[in-house]
Amino acid sequence: MSSAEDTWSPSALQRERDAYRKRQGLRSLLIAGLSTLVVGGALITAVVSAPGWERTRTTFFNWDKAVESFPAVLAGFWINVQVFAVSALCVLIVGMALAVLKTLRGPVFWPLRALATVYVDVFRGLPLILVLLLVGFGVPALNLTGVPTDPIVLGCVALVLTYSAYVAEVFRAGIESVHPSQRAAARSLGLSGPQSLRYVVLPQAVRRVVPPLLNDLASLTKDSGLISVLGAAIDAVRAAQIETATSFNFTPYVVAGALFLVLTIPLTRLTDRAARRYGAVPGGGHL
Amino acid sequence: MSALLGIENLRKSYGRSVVLRDFSLDVDEHDVVVLIGASGSGKSTLLRCIDLLETVDDGVIELQGRDITDPRVNADEVRSRIGIVFQSFNLFPHLTVLDNITLAPRKVHGVPAELARERALVTLERVGLKDRADAYPDHLSGGQQQRVAIARSLVNDPVLMLFDEVTSALDPELVGEVLAMLRDLKSEGMTMLVATHEMGFARQVADHVCFLDGGRVLERGAPEQVLGEPTQDRTRQFLRRIIEAGRL
Ligand SMILES: Nc1ncnc2c1ncn2[C@@H]1O[C@H](COP(=O)(O)OP(=O)(O)O)[C@@H](O)[C@H]1O
Ligand SMILES: [Mg+2]
Repeated sequence: MSSAEDTWSPSALQRERDAYRKRQGLRSLLIAGLSTLVVGGALITAVVSAPGWERTRTTFFNWDKAVESFPAVLAGFWINVQVFAVSALCVLIVGMALAVLKTLRGPVFWPLRALATVYVDVFRGLPLILVLLLVGFGVPALNLTGVPTDPIVLGCVALVLTYSAYVAEVFRAGIESVHPSQRAAARSLGLSGPQSLRYVVLPQAVRRVVPPLLNDLASLTKDSGLISVLGAAIDAVRAAQIETATSFNFTPYVVAGALFLVLTIPLTRLTDRAARRYGAVPGGGHL
Repeated sequence: MSALLGIENLRKSYGRSVVLRDFSLDVDEHDVVVLIGASGSGKSTLLRCIDLLETVDDGVIELQGRDITDPRVNADEVRSRIGIVFQSFNLFPHLTVLDNITLAPRKVHGVPAELARERALVTLERVGLKDRADAYPDHLSGGQQQRVAIARSLVNDPVLMLFDEVTSALDPELVGEVLAMLRDLKSEGMTMLVATHEMGFARQVADHVCFLDGGRVLERGAPEQVLGEPTQDRTRQFLRRIIEAGRL
């Protein structure tokens, strides 16, 4: 216990150590700053002095064109945001359901388990663009009544089909990383199987997989741009394409890219924060 | 049969290795029965079978006169009448001490959150950990964690408590506080089945000591007899090894 009359002041040795650390820190900072300046400067000089720079600047970084195309691209981007939000929610729900199905034990659940396994194998193995084209053009061609033909809805369906397969595996890894003794402890208290899963296993599993999960979601934001292959949906990428086609100026693509970054970079920062907050949940119940 | 717990001709195997064979054991109400035996002799397996965490191959386990190995009984209900405490505590790391204790009352017995909380705090006060109610298990010492684990299994008001080497994972100076809790429980009349290597504790607290060997109870008797003048060679060998390890 330290008392009020604790009048510690650092010894000469400690003061010397502190001074040394401070000098070292300053030196590192100086070296880092200088090398960044040198490398950055070299890169900028290289790009700007390139023979094609003037043309690149006018075709990709044309301010007037950027301002002009911004409203259309932004309107398209709003579709991306909606597609992302809806798909992400469905992906989390379907992925969790698949993961739980895959971890069910006992012969009674064999058909469900097999179904979930086949689903994951198939949709994790198919390229997303293929699923998009098959669902986006195949489903309307069936001419079924009651089945949506809106390309945006079908695009979401394709994204959910593919991404829920990935997310299911992430959740399953989390569930299996929870030590069996946790389930045993829950059951011994009288909790039923589903209750043990709901209150003991899943909360620990989800916290452990927050970082890889947000990684998949960041990837989903970008792939929401792929629904533009279905044509009719004018999302940010498609809007940029239309703007470009009229003027042969590629600036709208840069605008669309910047908008995606505005969405994905905060998501990545959020991932890091969440990983620090939840990812470090102690596990297992062992010493 | 009037025993609180009656086990008859129990058999349990994992694959080809038979852990318990023709195993029989009675535990009367308010009795403390201590199980001793070499590592791998099946103490943990027996306790897990009694708590229905394992399905048995054959035989009968009766709790309060009812066969609980019958597949028609509600296993969750049986488990909530038996408390078990494990060697490795197995607290839920994502829940606070208080939530660890109130989880079963709230979810299994439908106790309102406020009442569950009050009861949990009373239990925590008894084990001297009321001030740590909002801490997470990882911020507690091993001895404190094990006391919380015992408190957690007590809030269900079990009729039988099972302890599986609850002090084996603890530093020597923390063993005492956990054993003191077991002594308190005995003085309150709790029926207990305790697997342990703490021979001193067995001597003081046990009504009966059972030596497990070869899948059954090889020797059973008062602690002074089994630990002092064992009749079986295997028991003598086991005790000699324990003495050599400095645990008696
Ligand atoms: N889940 C299991 N699967 C296979 N074998 C097991 C399992 N649990 C225990 N055993 C085996 O059963 C025997 C008894 O183990 P256990 O009951 O843990 O003994 P004790 O608690 O007395 O040390 C050991 O040989 C062990 O290897
Ligand atoms: Mg054991």
